Amino acid sequence: MTTKAPTPVRRRRLAGAGVVIRRRLLVAVPVLAATSMGMFALGAASPIDPAQQYAGAAAFTTTEENLAQLRANWGVDDPLPVQYARWVGNLLRGDLGWSTSRHEPVTSVLAARAGWTLLLVGAALALVLVASVLLGTLAAYRRGGWFDRALRATAYAVQSMPVFWIGLAAIALFALTLGWLPAGGLTDLTATGTAPADVARHLVLPVTVLAISQAPWFVLFVRDAVAESLRDDHVLAARARGLPGRTVLFGHALRTALLPFLTLVGTHLPELVGGAVLVETVFSLPGLGAVTVQAALGADFPLLAATTLATTVVVLTANLATDLGYAAADPRVRLDD
Amino acid sequence: MTDLAPAPARTRPSRRPSALLRGGRPGVVLAAGVLAVAVVACLLAPLLWPLDQSAVDLVRTRLAPSPEHLAGTDDLGRDVALRSLYGLRVSLLVGAVAALVATVIGGLVGAVAGTVGGRVDRALMRVVDTIAALPHLLLGIFIVAMLRPSLGAVIASIALTHWLSTARIVRSELLSLRSRPFIDAAISGGASRARVLTRHLLPHVLPRLALATTLMVPHAVWHETALSFLGLGLPPHLASIGNMINDGQRSLLTGAWWASIVPGLALVTVTLALAALTGRWRDRLDPRVRAELQL
Repeated sequence: MTTKAPTPVRRRRLAGAGVVIRRRLLVAVPVLAATSMGMFALGAASPIDPAQQYAGAAAFTTTEENLAQLRANWGVDDPLPVQYARWVGNLLRGDLGWSTSRHEPVTSVLAARAGWTLLLVGAALALVLVASVLLGTLAAYRRGGWFDRALRATAYAVQSMPVFWIGLAAIALFALTLGWLPAGGLTDLTATGTAPADVARHLVLPVTVLAISQAPWFVLFVRDAVAESLRDDHVLAARARGLPGRTVLFGHALRTALLPFLTLVGTHLPELVGGAVLVETVFSLPGLGAVTVQAALGADFPLLAATTLATTVVVLTANLATDLGYAAADPRVRLDD
Repeated sequence: MTDLAPAPARTRPSRRPSALLRGGRPGVVLAAGVLAVAVVACLLAPLLWPLDQSAVDLVRTRLAPSPEHLAGTDDLGRDVALRSLYGLRVSLLVGAVAALVATVIGGLVGAVAGTVGGRVDRALMRVVDTIAALPHLLLGIFIVAMLRPSLGAVIASIALTHWLSTARIVRSELLSLRSRPFIDAAISGGASRARVLTRHLLPHVLPRLALATTLMVPHAVWHETALSFLGLGLPPHLASIGNMINDGQRSLLTGAWWASIVPGLALVTVTLALAALTGRWRDRLDPRVRAELQL
């Protein structure tokens, strides 16, 4: 603990990273293939006729011949494996298809909106991490005290509150009653561009609401982990040497407790994405989540499939990143065994 | 650790759900009370307040809470408190049915994986891990979108995204049971495969399965509420809490906050009580795993 780790040891920590990445890819490819197949099968089982969907209201006046021609052009009556192969081939070539609910290519929908979702999720995650480390550590330090008990009771209560309900309550209180913050949207209605200050003001409520809804798991985790590591030998040793309480708490107890935290972030990412979908809908934000809901309402298979697959790729990548981060941070974890 | 007094003899905790309340802390009793009142009110609502809950009264829209309308009225003049009660009925019923369906799926997959083992086990668990890595709300939205929103689609959406934990529980329980001596004894005693399954394995797995189902109900309710809120859930004539919160948005933006907030509050109270009680049940069944909720 007191001697500095020599450089060769540090380098060896990530020695197995290449192998792990290769092994994960070997798993990720079948996972994505299975997911896409399952989604395609569901899409094929859907009672919606893509030709009629494309024609919209005109479907009532279009002749059956024209509809049949549309189907023949798209090959929607081909055997399913043929259709699936064609779809995957297009996906791999970067052609994600045509969104029937937005009436534009899926790639341009994703390009225009993914950034806002990443901003929302990223800001909320940062807020959750900072707040949970601070609050959880404080609660663990005075375990069983009034702060600990109040924090845990709040966390349990928030766990059972739907995120959109928290969002609506926040709108009713902070936007409509107090008038402190805007109720929704990304910019003021009169704004011509996306000025950072304007966007930031509009994102305060959504980011805070998303962070609050996810915070209980993180706060309780930090609290339990720090409380546990406060009993560890090395913490006792640090105390016995007469180090000040703050140093022991943040420098010794928190540091060992934080390692498993990385894994929690990885496993909670899907929850965060789901929360973002709901928060974007409540606050009318132009992100991927809101567009996914519109696609779902319109049974827009190409767009829905693209957002679901894209999220899956992001989640799998993030899980790999947290595992590698764990190995880099904890010398006891070896990747190459 | 320093006192030398002998440790008090600990009685084995009873596994019956009724034993939950005995020696319980006040929070547990409170949770049980809340849940009991809610269930009775939901069951008796059609008898006690046989008012047509979808009755529209366009003269008395968006009235603030008052003695006559305890939680005010919505934008169609319907009583929010009464509709919340009816919404709770729908939400809890759909959640319970979906949790049962999910348990059946998960139980079957877990049973096959745990008893057949080998390659089948590995393949099934790989499927479980795959689905567990997906954002389950997005997956649920996708399922409902493709099957078109309806009662069946919502139940399918919940069941297909929530069976994973049950499959894992049943599989690991079976794997640990298989190596226990009494199973060896039964097999060497000449018991048939079916007899070992039904008489020796099933009685051990059933309590876990019941617990897993109950633990799942709040999650199923939340999933349904989210779908209904997005307009992807139950049809309007089956108004659940999610539908009500969604409808209430219109009123909320004009200042009538109660139309959305009160139904949500009812849901939060009941699911919190349910989660607290089931958490205590799990503590009793398996003291090593600490409850998500402690009161």
